[in-house]
This record gives sequence, structure tokens and C-alpha cells, in this order.
Amino acid sequence: MSAPSTAAMNGHWGRWAGYGAILAAALIVPLVFPAFQTQMAFLWLMIVFALTWDVMGGQMGYNSFGNILFLGVGMYVCAVVQVGLHVDVAAYNASMGASALDLTMGQYLTGLGLGLAAGAVAAVACAVVLGAGVLLLLIAVIVIAVAVGLCNWLGLPPVLGVAAGLGAAVFMALRVPALRAHGLLSLRGHYFAIGTLGLGIAAGEVASGWQFIGAGSGMVTPLYPGELGGREQFFNAAAFVLAVATFFALRRLYAGRFGLAVNAIRDDEQKAEAMGLPTTRYKTVAWSVAAVFMGIAGGLVGNIVGFIDPRDVAFAGATYGVWMVLMAILGGKGTIWGPVLGAAVFHITQELFWTYLLGWQRVALGLLIVLIVVFFPQGLLGWVRARWPERFGHRVDSRAAEEAEG
Amino acid sequence: MSALLDVRAVGKAFGGVVANRGISVQVEEGEIVGLIGPNGSGKTTLFNSIVGHHPIDEGEIYFDNGRIDKLGVPEIARLGLLRTFQQTRIYGGMTCVQNMLISAPQQGLGVAAMLAPHTRAEEERAGELLDFVGLYEKRHLIAGDLSFGQQKLLEFSMALMNGPRLLLLDEPTAGINPTLINGLMDRLQRANAEFGITLLVIEHNMRVIMNLAQRIYCLAHGELLAEGAPSEIREDRRVIDAYLGAT
Ligand SMILES: Nc1ncnc2c1ncn2[C@@H]1O[C@H](COP(=O)(O)OP(=O)(O)OP(=O)(O)O)[C@@H](O)[C@H]1O
Ligand SMILES: [Mg+2]
Repeated sequence: MSAPSTAAMNGHWGRWAGYGAILAAALIVPLVFPAFQTQMAFLWLMIVFALTWDVMGGQMGYNSFGNILFLGVGMYVCAVVQVGLHVDVAAYNASMGASALDLTMGQYLTGLGLGLAAGAVAAVACAVVLGAGVLLLLIAVIVIAVAVGLCNWLGLPPVLGVAAGLGAAVFMALRVPALRAHGLLSLRGHYFAIGTLGLGIAAGEVASGWQFIGAGSGMVTPLYPGELGGREQFFNAAAFVLAVATFFALRRLYAGRFGLAVNAIRDDEQKAEAMGLPTTRYKTVAWSVAAVFMGIAGGLVGNIVGFIDPRDVAFAGATYGVWMVLMAILGGKGTIWGPVLGAAVFHITQELFWTYLLGWQRVALGLLIVLIVVFFPQGLLGWVRARWPERFGHRVDSRAAEEAEG
Repeated sequence: MSALLDVRAVGKAFGGVVANRGISVQVEEGEIVGLIGPNGSGKTTLFNSIVGHHPIDEGEIYFDNGRIDKLGVPEIARLGLLRTFQQTRIYGGMTCVQNMLISAPQQGLGVAAMLAPHTRAEEERAGELLDFVGLYEKRHLIAGDLSFGQQKLLEFSMALMNGPRLLLLDEPTAGINPTLINGLMDRLQRANAEFGITLLVIEHNMRVIMNLAQRIYCLAHGELLAEGAPSEIREDRRVIDAYLGAT
């Protein structure tokens, strides 16, 4: 074996420098600038948004505008579980959370943990059902309606009915191939992007008409029981853990067959099919992977903001929904560091705009977007890679070439 | 026991254009069979029908004694029946090694198999096969940056990586430098003899197909015109007329 090449060494240094900088930011900011905790928490969440959007949009070449759905679903499900464990959800929402829950720390953490898990599961169920079959969606809606009706009749909480209905729908999606034929994931290219465009809007409308979760007046999340300032610290840490977990989970997945399979679908889906890859399954898994982390992120966002507005917080397509696409493109889609970089640059720039260009911040943001698209169509990392491909290992293996000649 | 591939009276039309009519083709295990015919005679259409790319209008297709004409493209591929494309298709944004690794056969449809890491055996096999087609030094280059001929070789080695039982090759020597054609022919023969892959080859280069194939089918205007050993096909009056008449 020859000694590691300089390019590989540079790669290592770059990576450790990146980890070091992130860890330092995560540890130092909360101590030195306690006032910035919430902004920091949102930085980590933005990284999660960009990374998970990139699973489909970058690595697989399927531009999705529907991932915001997973955020909102995770947010509502988490909040409903948090509240529902202790009081009647409908009554709680009818009083706008005035009957504020007085929870112990243990109760709060249990509720949050269960809520986040339930939110993740619900988001994945949405991904599977929508991706695999709209026909299935219709059946799912009917099954859920019946199950909820049954629960009401038996005096059980309706959440159980929703869960049972979703479970049944996922089961059918996996078992009955005919049902999988008409899902969003059978749409290709621009058609998929357009097909997903309506998801967030539709979900926002449904949520603002549904009394159980507070309808248009939204839902208040339970109060954090700890001391003043502890809430920000806690959720900053939670968001950081989520971002790190997302990053390493995706890096692990991209390094194996999943990563190459979604790249193959991006490059030539028909070829991938001709080589025997189960493309529909890979697409469903890819969307589900994005949904898991978005679902959890949703639970955190709801609790950080403290109030879930159906259109502006939960299914906020015009802000989070658009930003996640922009951040991934800015950093360089189809790479693991690109979305991280893009999210950091975007979030910090945006915070600066808010601070120094108040009133003009939207204009500045729009200009920034135009500049990105014109000057860095491949994103920051894509631009670096195009300039120095050898740094990324794309070079003729000279040792082998010498052997072949010699 | 019938043939490995058994195409029975298959017909396929696109609107008014009858691309294939009543075509029957048999390929035995271990053979190299040729498929020739003038441009537009329906050769690629027949390949597309066999691999499930489009539904056929009439007839039946059997592979390894199982009926496949109602199956989808990925299912048929996973049975061990693979094709290469006339317009070479590789994964242009990935490196050669990555193209090879993802071409390793899918080990089951469970989530675990879909998320599995690559095995050492797969990595070694990818290196060997890239070496086999002479692309080893270029293995870390982006496949889309390779020359057309190199992409063609990569596509061939990707098919070998999948380890099919039957490989349908659509004009493997088209666009390849004439001085390299002999080397490619040699590799096709070795794939057949050493790796045990049965081949059905569409080819316009008469010298290549006459030397390579043990039997040849000739199509013209979507119908089977003649079938036989290369020596018979070469002498066949109808084949000569079809080729001359078409140009
Ligand atoms: N998808 C399609 N839609 C409409 N017509 C088609 C389609 N595919 C093939 N055809 C028609 O079917 C006929 C046979 O085409 P095919 O591609 O099978 O010929 P070929 O023998 O492979 O020719 P070549 O040697 O030029 O590759 C042609 O007339 C072609 O125009
Ligand atoms: Mg053809």
C-alpha cells in the first residue's frame, strides 16, 4: 500500500475542521450568547431541512415541494400526543390552551419523547401512502374515517383510530402491488415536482378546518416546566442532536447501496430498472428517510415556537418549504456537506438581513436567491468540485497506469 | 426441457407501424446467437418486448421455462435476463466504480438488502471486470466524461457485474474504433465461455457477427426472414436481397 495521497489528507483535514467548527459553535454559543439559543436551534433545524430535502431533490433528482407536509404532520401529531396524554385534546384546543397543563419534568419529557416518535411514524406513513399510491390514499381516508368513528363509538381516543387506519394503509401498500401503481412516486421529473406542490397547501387547509387540532386559530404546545431560560437551552441541544443524527444517518446510507441506487435513479431511471433495481421501493424508502427526520424536526419546531399556526408554522410552504430547496441548492445538492453549508450561509445571512435591513429583508433575500442561481447554479460545493475535481478523487489512477505501461 | 429463451410468435405494432409480426426465436443455454436485419426491421423492438419494456400484442415469451411476457422490466432483469442499450446508457454522474457496484445483483427486496453496505467481494469483482474491459485506471473518473466507446465498454462490464444468465446486446461494436473491435469480440467470447453467459447479439457489422455467432436470425420488415448457421445466412438469397434492397 502506498502512503495516503495529499488530496485524501486534505479531505480528512477539511472534514475534521468542519466537525470541529460545528461542535465549537454548538458548545460556545449557548454559553457566551444565551440570547441566541433560539436562532441556533433554528440553524440546526435548517440543516435538517436542507439535508432531508436533498435525499430526494439532490441525490435522487426528484424535486419535491411536498416535504413541508412531513414537518406539519410531525408537529401536530407530537403536540396532540403531548396534550392527549393528560387532557382531552378537543377541549384543550377549544379553550386555546387556557387550561394550561401543569406538568412535572418527567411527564413533560415522556410526552415529548412519545410525541416525537409518533410524529416520525406518522410522517413516514404519509410518505409511504402518498408515494406508493393516491388510490391507496383514498382507501386510507375511508379506513381512517371508519376507525375514528368506531373509536368514538367505543369511547376510545380518536388518535387510536387515525393510527390504526394509517397502519392498515401502509400494510396494504406493502402487500397489494396493484395499489402502488398510481402514487406520486410514479410521476417523473417535473410532474413529480408539480404533483407535490399541492401537498403542503392542501394539508394547511385541512388543518385550518379541523376543530380537533384547533382549526384556524392554531394549537398551543404544552409549557416547558423547567426554570426560565432552560427551555431555549433544552431545545437548542435537542435540535443539535437531531441535526447530528440526521447527518450521520444519511452519510451512512449514502455510503452503501442506497446511496448509489438513488444516484442511479437520478442519472437514468430506465437504466436502473433495466439493471433490476427495485426503483419504486428505493424511491419510497428515500422519501420515508426524509420523512422520519422531518417529522421529528416538526415536533421540535412546534415546541420551540410554542404555537402551531396551520399555515404559517406547520405547513409553511412559502417559508420553510421554499427555504429547504434554496439551502440545498445554495450549498450544492447531491452532496452531504452542501446542504449543511447552504443552510448555515442562508440562515446567518437571513438573520443579518432581519437585523440590519428591516423592512427590506425580503427584497435582500430575493436578490440573494437570484445571485445564487446565476453565479452558483451547482451550489458552493458543486462549484468547488467542478474547479478541483482531483480533490474529490476523480482522477486517473496513475499508479495503475504506470503498472499497465511498465 | 426447452430453450433458455423461447419467443413464440410475438407481434408488436406502434399505431399503424407493425414493428414485429409472428416472430419466433429460440436461444439455448450457452449459445451465442446473432440477430441481424436492415435499419428499422424491428430488432430493437424485439429486445424491448423480451425485457418487458412494452406489452406485446400477441405471442408468448418464456425464459428458463417461466412465462415472462406479463412481467415488468426490473422483475425480468432480476431473473437473470439483461439487456444493453443501442444508445449506450450508463449512470453519467457517478464514477466507473460506482456504476459497477450498483450493478451488482440486488440481494432480495427487503429494506435490509436495500440499505446494505457494499461487500468486499463486490468491490473486488468490480475492479476485476473494469480491468477485463480495460477501464481499470479510469475507475475513479465520472462515467459521463468517458468517450463514447469507453462508455460502451463500461455498460458491457456493468452487465457482466450483474451476472445474468442471458445477455441481450444491442449493437455492441457500433461506434467502437475498428482496431479495437477484435478485442471486444474476444471479450464477448470470453464472457460466454468463461463466465457462462448466453448471448443474443444485434449487430450490423457482418464480419463480427459471422465470426461470433453460432446461429443467426435475420429480420426484415418486422418479420423473420431466415435462420441458420453463419455460412447458410451468408449465402441466403433473401438475406442478400433484404440488405441490398434496404439501402
Ligand atoms: N416507441 C416506438 N414508437 C413508435 N414506433 C416505433 C417505436 N419503436 C420502434 N418503432 C418503429 O418500429 C420499427 C422498428 O424499429 P426498431 O428500432 O425495432 O428497428 P431496428 O431493427 O432496431 O433498427 P436499427 O438497426 O436502425 O436500430 C421502426 O419503423 C420504428 O420507427
Ligand atoms: Mg435498433
